[in-house]
Amino acid sequence: MSLDARTVAKMARLARVGLSDEQVHTYQKEMQGIIGWVDQLNEVDVTDVPPMIGTGLAQPRLRDDQVTDGDCREKVLSNAPDREGPFYTVPKVVE
Amino acid sequence: MSAYRITGETGEWEVIVGLEVHAQIVSQSKLFSGASAEYGGEPNTHVSLVDAGFPGMLPVLNRECVAQAVRTGLGLRAQINLFSRFDRKNYFYADLPTGYQISQFEHPIVGKGTVEIELSDGEVRHIGVTRMHMEQDAGKSIHDQDPTRSFIDLNRAGVALMEIVSEPDIRSPEEAGAYIRKLRQILRYLGTCDGNMEEGSMRADVNVSVRREGEEGYRTRCEIKNVNSVRFVMQAIEVEAQRQVDIWESGGEIDQETRLFDHVKSETRSLRTKEDAHDYRYFPESDLLPLVIEQSWVDELKAALPELPEDKRARLEKEYGVSRYESGVLTAEQSVADFYETVARGADARLATNWILGDFFAALNRTGRTIEDSPVSAEALRELLSLISDSTINGKIAKEVFEDMVETGEKASVIVDRKGLRQVTDTGAIEAAINDILAANADKVAEYKSGKDKLFGFFVGQTMKAMKGKANPAMVNELLKKLLAS
Repeated sequence: MSLDARTVAKMARLARVGLSDEQVHTYQKEMQGIIGWVDQLNEVDVTDVPPMIGTGLAQPRLRDDQVTDGDCREKVLSNAPDREGPFYTVPKVVE
Repeated sequence: MSAYRITGETGEWEVIVGLEVHAQIVSQSKLFSGASAEYGGEPNTHVSLVDAGFPGMLPVLNRECVAQAVRTGLGLRAQINLFSRFDRKNYFYADLPTGYQISQFEHPIVGKGTVEIELSDGEVRHIGVTRMHMEQDAGKSIHDQDPTRSFIDLNRAGVALMEIVSEPDIRSPEEAGAYIRKLRQILRYLGTCDGNMEEGSMRADVNVSVRREGEEGYRTRCEIKNVNSVRFVMQAIEVEAQRQVDIWESGGEIDQETRLFDHVKSETRSLRTKEDAHDYRYFPESDLLPLVIEQSWVDELKAALPELPEDKRARLEKEYGVSRYESGVLTAEQSVADFYETVARGADARLATNWILGDFFAALNRTGRTIEDSPVSAEALRELLSLISDSTINGKIAKEVFEDMVETGEKASVIVDRKGLRQVTDTGAIEAAINDILAANADKVAEYKSGKDKLFGFFVGQTMKAMKGKANPAMVNELLKKLLAS
């Protein structure tokens, strides 16, 4: 599979990363390398092999349904670039 | 029932609707954090560092939310998937701090199910459920506080939602309304969602397309986002279907897009088309292991499920002899059914049904109260009905006593004694009253005897009036007949 410059530009847009034409070219080459490697992996026939998602030994830890966190507004807002009273603020987004 | 059709210039069109209902799971804390899931609260106080998307914070799944999802799946008579997995749905929005929503894409916890709906003419239809998965809610953006900035409150961010996706089986606004109401009823019975649409506990994305009558397959659909009332869902379908018919008939094409419903203008509008809006680049959530649950746990949850609306309805019909219509009204809310059963159990069931659906509901409406804070308790109503059944008072007096109960909150027997309303069953007293009436109305008695049968009602009325309504009606009838014939 080959990756064209348009697809790279679209991925950058989806990830909100601004790329110059030159950078698009660079990433196109680098990502093409990754895709080539995946293509190589795809040569292995895994038709009857179930996807391995974990080792089968690990179980997710589940929490009890209790309120144990929150009520820490100042901490939560501490890194906000801009705030107004109890709120984060962002440039207006309206549709 | 005649099928819902939109009549265009060139013929009849059928409407195809599928609904994605987002229902907030009832839980104390959020899906992946220990912050409170309670509605409201001071802005940004029900927020942990996990919810705010701080670096290095890891999600830990809430067991009760999983149980609630399983209960819901069971209530929808759906397949429960013992293996499910979380995925990241990536998109950028200011009220989504991590830049992705943790959802279940490829392996939802609940598979195919079905919801039975009943239409106004009694027709029953089955609407397929494609799947149901758990996901996080986003925060809230407030746009009207500042000219250049939006304010963000993350209290809701991370609260657990269930997304219930229907098959495109819905064929009219009425069916869509019935489906959402039924879903709401089931969730409320199960206690897995409070169904409060005003607080956003339930909201729907509505997928609408149209096709010519008899046509196979589906045409391009549009998705109307975030509709938050049954009425608006129904209106949105109506206007969107009409819009699509107009476009097809004028030779145009429908673009697959996301739209929003403006209920003030009663129209749908394109949300500024973002070509990438559906490119969520899902991938497995790497911070969470797949969720594997045991069949034995599912069985345990199933055994503890409350009686579901359909089952309760069938049982009420069988146990208390109520009609199909009556059972529908009585089971609309679990609290109503509980109230009904408390009254009807050990009372005359027919009398209980008539009273609850009649005078009792009327009193709730009039006083603006709900069954939860009813001015007359189930026990108090049952006592009143027992006084009718054992002939202490007659039905007409019972209405008077009931109004007094609504007003004063006193027990029926207390009111009956206080007002001296005990029914008169003393033959002599009733006879005496009748004789006085007949003597005072000799002309009417003569008319009656010459064939004017209708006057019988007049004599009954006069007798009851003379006895202040307290006479036993059956005895009045019987004695009047006897005395008029003599």
